[in-house]
Amino acid sequence: MNAYEKVNAARAKNRPTGSDYIANIFQDFIEMHGDRRFGDDKAVITGIARLGNQPVTVIALEKGRDIKEKVYRNFGSAHPEGYRKALRQMKLAEKFGRPVVCFVDTAGAYCGIAAEERGQGQAIAENLMEMMTLKVPIISILIGEGGSGGALALAVADEVWMLENAVYSVISPEGCASILWKDSRKVKEASECLKLTADDLYRMKVIERIIGEHGRGFHLTCAELKRLLSQKLAENLRLSAEELVSNRYLRFRKFGSA
Amino acid sequence: MILRKEFFRRPKNELERSSRIYKVPSPDVPGEMCVLCPSCKKPLLTGELNANANVCPECGYYFRMNARQRIHFIADENTFIELNSNLLSKNPLNFPNYPEKIKHARLESAEKEAVVTGTAEIGGFPCALFVMEARFMMGSMGTVVGEKITRIFEYATEHSLPVVGYIVSGGARMQEGILSLMQMAKTSGAVKRHSDAGNLYIAVLTDPTTGGVTASFGMEADIILAEPNALIGFAGPRVIEQTMRQKLPAGFQRAEFLLEKGFVDMISERKEQKKQITTLLSLHKEVSG
Ligand SMILES: [Zn+2]
Repeated sequence: MNAYEKVNAARAKNRPTGSDYIANIFQDFIEMHGDRRFGDDKAVITGIARLGNQPVTVIALEKGRDIKEKVYRNFGSAHPEGYRKALRQMKLAEKFGRPVVCFVDTAGAYCGIAAEERGQGQAIAENLMEMMTLKVPIISILIGEGGSGGALALAVADEVWMLENAVYSVISPEGCASILWKDSRKVKEASECLKLTADDLYRMKVIERIIGEHGRGFHLTCAELKRLLSQKLAENLRLSAEELVSNRYLRFRKFGSA
Repeated sequence: MILRKEFFRRPKNELERSSRIYKVPSPDVPGEMCVLCPSCKKPLLTGELNANANVCPECGYYFRMNARQRIHFIADENTFIELNSNLLSKNPLNFPNYPEKIKHARLESAEKEAVVTGTAEIGGFPCALFVMEARFMMGSMGTVVGEKITRIFEYATEHSLPVVGYIVSGGARMQEGILSLMQMAKTSGAVKRHSDAGNLYIAVLTDPTTGGVTASFGMEADIILAEPNALIGFAGPRVIEQTMRQKLPAGFQRAEFLLEKGFVDMISERKEQKKQITTLLSLHKEVSG
């Protein structure tokens, strides 16, 4: 698949969403609602579950599956309260010493009047800062679209993994094409330029792992994720909070430091 | 007196005006020019404009200042020492035309990158200072901008210095793709370490402050000042208008709007700025004895 085909695959209608991963990887998932400040953003699902014996906090950007749910979920584009809802759960995870797993799938943070009024930029910035020093392990998995700051706000993690056909980019190919060539139809060229595929990002060390999905059932992907998550979280739970936080800082510190 | 035609070109709309750079020579460039105030349309001499902190003496319109003018304006005389001035952007993604864009930006701005960093004294108080440069690709954040910001926060943490930052940016630098996005996390990590060590960070948001810079170190300061009428937001107004298919209300995303919504601490008039920042620095100085 070329970069543009990957973009289409990442956005495909029948692609599994955050809820599917939660249902197939964890047991005893209990959903928690609200940011305690403004409201409950339906684009972000948060809760507590069990991974094997280990309690974990689970956070997912959810696009919704059918059209009715897509509208309910605002197509997976969160408002500031979505990021604050996620941060609230992360702080609780820190308090109770349980790791955090984030599933990222969004075209981007929502662009609108209400989102700006309630501080979209501030909400994302706060997550970046707080996640950087959260004293419990965090793993983020890009399962579909990773759209810019709205995706990064749930992807400041010890390791970032990516499904084979997910994409992760600073700007949508459409946005890039319209800025670069004043022509939003040149998405194919823009997709190539942006280096947004899992292979590209693995090469640039932006992600640690590519999760294969080609030619096998979703349940096998989830079984592999369950195994890998259990292993990595157990490994990171053995680190001291200082080591964990220092490793996370250095993970991001390396980009563009040469 | 040279009258330049381009200064008289009227902005097509409000948005264009906000992003248009009115060329104002730095104080040490000889020769006066005449510029037309985009707000009240009065012709102004650059000398009188410079003497008035680049604010129109007739109507109070804020002309954009370049990085060196800002430093001259805020730092005590002869105290600014530049750090990491030799970091140069490469083309990590082999993005088409990026090297040409950088070359052009260097000529346009007479800077090597979109931020100038260093140490200085403000009102006698030592601090670390970073000042972004709008004329360099609209202050966009690529790896070098991210690296310089990170290094100045790390330096300030090591030396227990407050950081004062002047921000102007269109956001992430598309030409550096995902590496540009990673700078948001990287700079946020450095700000957090500086903060956790008990140090002060004051940001001054100037016109415009948008995108990935707003969503990282722009909104992470302990104290946020904003210049009057500065455009501040995450999504740009054009993007929002396209998404919503409606006109935005007057004053939306302006500094005064953010003050009203609770996202900045105060509107800071340029003429008061140095005094305000000096007072803030003095209020955070440890009381000895
Ligand atoms: Zn005027």
